Amino acid sequence: MDLTYTAEEESFRARLRAWLSEVLPKLPPKPAAADWPGRRAYDTAWQRMLYDAGYAGLHWPADAGGRGATPTQHLIFLEETERAGAPYVGANFVGLLHAGPTVAAEGTAEQRARWLPPILRGEEIWCQGFSEPAAGSDLAALRTKAVRDGDFYVVSGSKLWTSHAEVADWCELLVRTNPGAPRHRGISWLAMPMDAPGITVRPLRTLAGSTEFAEVFLDEVRVPVANRVGAENDGWRVTMVTLSFERGTAFVGEVVACHRVLAALARTARGNGRWDDAVLRRRLGRLAAEFAALWRLTQWNVSAAQAGGGVPGVGGSVFKLRYSHARQELYDAAAEVLGAGALDADHEWVADRLSSLSYTIAAGTSQIQRNIVAERILGLPKGR
Amino acid sequence: MDFQLSEDQRALRTGVRELLAGRFPTERLRAAVAAYEAAGDGPVLDRGLWRELAGAGFFSLLLPEAAGGTGLGPQEAVLVMEEAGRALLPGPLVAGVLLAGAVDGAATGERIAGLCDATAAPVLWDHPADCDEVIVVGADAAHRYAAGELRTAAVRSVDPLTPLARLLDGPSGAPYAVDVGRLRRDAALLTAAQQLGGAVRALEAAVAYARQREQFGAPIGSFQAVKHLCAEMLVRVEVARSAVYAASVTGDPVEVAGAKLLADEAATGNARDCLQVHGGTGFTWEADVHLALKRAWLRAAAWQTVADGTETLAEALTDGHIVL
Repeated sequence: MDLTYTAEEESFRARLRAWLSEVLPKLPPKPAAADWPGRRAYDTAWQRMLYDAGYAGLHWPADAGGRGATPTQHLIFLEETERAGAPYVGANFVGLLHAGPTVAAEGTAEQRARWLPPILRGEEIWCQGFSEPAAGSDLAALRTKAVRDGDFYVVSGSKLWTSHAEVADWCELLVRTNPGAPRHRGISWLAMPMDAPGITVRPLRTLAGSTEFAEVFLDEVRVPVANRVGAENDGWRVTMVTLSFERGTAFVGEVVACHRVLAALARTARGNGRWDDAVLRRRLGRLAAEFAALWRLTQWNVSAAQAGGGVPGVGGSVFKLRYSHARQELYDAAAEVLGAGALDADHEWVADRLSSLSYTIAAGTSQIQRNIVAERILGLPKGR
Repeated sequence: MDFQLSEDQRALRTGVRELLAGRFPTERLRAAVAAYEAAGDGPVLDRGLWRELAGAGFFSLLLPEAAGGTGLGPQEAVLVMEEAGRALLPGPLVAGVLLAGAVDGAATGERIAGLCDATAAPVLWDHPADCDEVIVVGADAAHRYAAGELRTAAVRSVDPLTPLARLLDGPSGAPYAVDVGRLRRDAALLTAAQQLGGAVRALEAAVAYARQREQFGAPIGSFQAVKHLCAEMLVRVEVARSAVYAASVTGDPVEVAGAKLLADEAATGNARDCLQVHGGTGFTWEADVHLALKRAWLRAAAWQTVADGTETLAEALTDGHIVL
C-alpha cells in the first residue's frame, strides 16, 4: 500500500497547479445562479480553456479525443481544480461524464466524429432524458415511445429531472421502441436535438427555490434514425455500459470541498462560542474522521480502478451511500454552528444544506443503492 | 499512488486466515468459552496455541530481522490483527506484537506480555492470570511489573474470553523507557485492526444466516428490511478498512484516532445488526453472535474511547491538521 504519488504524478500536479494559478485570475465573475444563458457561457468558456490547455476529456480514451489519463491523474485533476477554486464541470456534466463516454464506447465512427469534439471544446451542451414521471428508481418502466417513420423516429412522452434542459443542444434520450418486448429489451438510446419542433421545457423549482432541472414534454418530435447509438432495442445495455465505467472519481472535488467546509465550521464555532458545547465539538470531530476516511476510500477505489482497468459500479454504490449521508450530517452540523443564523436562506451553508437533501435521492436513492450492494456484492437473493 | 494490498500482503492475509481457520476454528472458540466457564477465573489462554502463533511469526512482526523478527511493518501487523479479530482470537495480542522486543520470551510465545492503560477509569487489566509480565502505561510514563506484583480486584468480564481485573494502587514498578505517545498510537491502531476484523466476521455471519434462514416462504435475505441492514454493514466495513489501512501507512496520530473511531463503530454496529438479523437465535448464548459484540465493546473501550477520539479529531480540526 503506497499513498505517495509517483514523480510522474507529482509533475502532472505541478504543471496543473501552475496553469491554474495563471488562468484562474483571468476568469470573468461567476454568473448569478438563475442566469442560465450566463451559466452556460461561463461553463463552456471554462471547458474551452481546458481544451486549449490539453486538459479536456482527461479521462476519455485517446481514440475518442481524450487524454487517456490514468484514474490517479484524474483524481489529481479533480482535487487540484477544487482546491484552486476552479469552475465546476457545470453545464458540461452530461456531455463529459455520460453522453460523451456512451458515444465513445458504443457510437459509430461518424457519430463519434459528430458529437465528441464539440463536447470537448465546450461548443455543445448535453442533457439527460432518462427519468419519467412513472419511471424513477424503476427506470426500465419508462414509457416515452418512439415509432419508426422512414428515416425518423417519432417520439412522444415526457421526461423529468432534466438538468440544463433550457440551455442544452442535445439530449441523450431513452425511449421505448418495442412495447411488446420484455422491459429492458425494448429500449433505445437516441441523441435528440433540443431545437427540434415538439419539445417543451418546463423548469421545475427545487425546494431550495432554484430551477436546477426541468420537465421535458415531447410531442411527436422527429429524431433521425441515424441519431440512434447502438442497435434498436439495445439502449438499456448501451446506457449501463457507461454507468459501469465509474472509476471512483465521482465525488473527488466534493469531498475536498467538504473538508474545507468542516474546517470553516470549526473556526466559526470557535469564534461564536459554540465550540464549548462538547456535543457539537465531538460531532465535528467525528465528521473529520468521516471525511478523512471517505478521502482514503476514494484513493482505494481509484487505485483499484487503476490496477484493474475499471471499478465495478457497485464500489461506487458503497461510496455514495456513505458520502451522501455524511454530506447531510455536515450541513446539519453547520446549522447547529450557525444557530438562528441557519434560518437565513441567503447563507451559503443554508443553501448547501437545502441542496444536500437531494444527495440521498439523485442518481439512485440510498434504498436502491442498498439493494445493489446487497444483491451484487453480498449475493443476497433478489426480492421485494 | 497504489493504495491496494501488494501481492505479498495478499498472500500474508490468506496465510493467516488459513492458519487461524485451522488452529482456532469456531468449535475451538466455543470450547474455549465452555472451558473458561467451567474453570471460573484463572488462565484462559491455550499456551500451546500461543506458541504456535509465535512460531508462525505473529508476535515478531515488528521486530527487525537482526532481532529474530520478520522485519515487516505496521501495514502487515494490521492485516494480521484484522484476521485475528475476524477469528475472535482471544488474548493480549496487541501487547504480544508491541512488546515482543521488550519482554523476554514474548516473541517466541514462551511468556505472555500484558499491556494496561492506566489513564482509563477504572483501570482494567485483561488476562491477568495469563500474563507473565505487564507494562502499565500512564499518561506520559510506563512501568513494568512481574505477574503477582500488582494488587488487583476481581471483575467479572462481560466478554467470556477476556478475563479482567481492576488495578488497585500499589507499588510503582520498574520504569519502562518507551515513547508513550507512540505506544498508545500503535495500540490504538492494532486494536482498530482487530475491530475491523470483528466487523467483517459479523457481516459474514449475518449474510450467511440471511441466505439460509427462511420465513414467509423465502430466505429472509430477500427482504429489503434485512438486505439493507446487511448493505450498511458492508459500508461500515469498507469505510473502516480504508481508514485503518491508510493509518497503517501514514502513522499519523490523528488519522489513527479517526481509524479507531470508525473501526469501533463498524465492530459494535455490525455485531448489533448481526444479532438483529439472527432474531431470537442471536439472543442465545449458543449462537456466537454475542461473543463478537462483547469483544467489540471491550476493544472500543481500549486505548481510545469515543469521547477521547472525537476530542482529538476536533482539536486537530482547529489546528488545521487535515489528513487530506
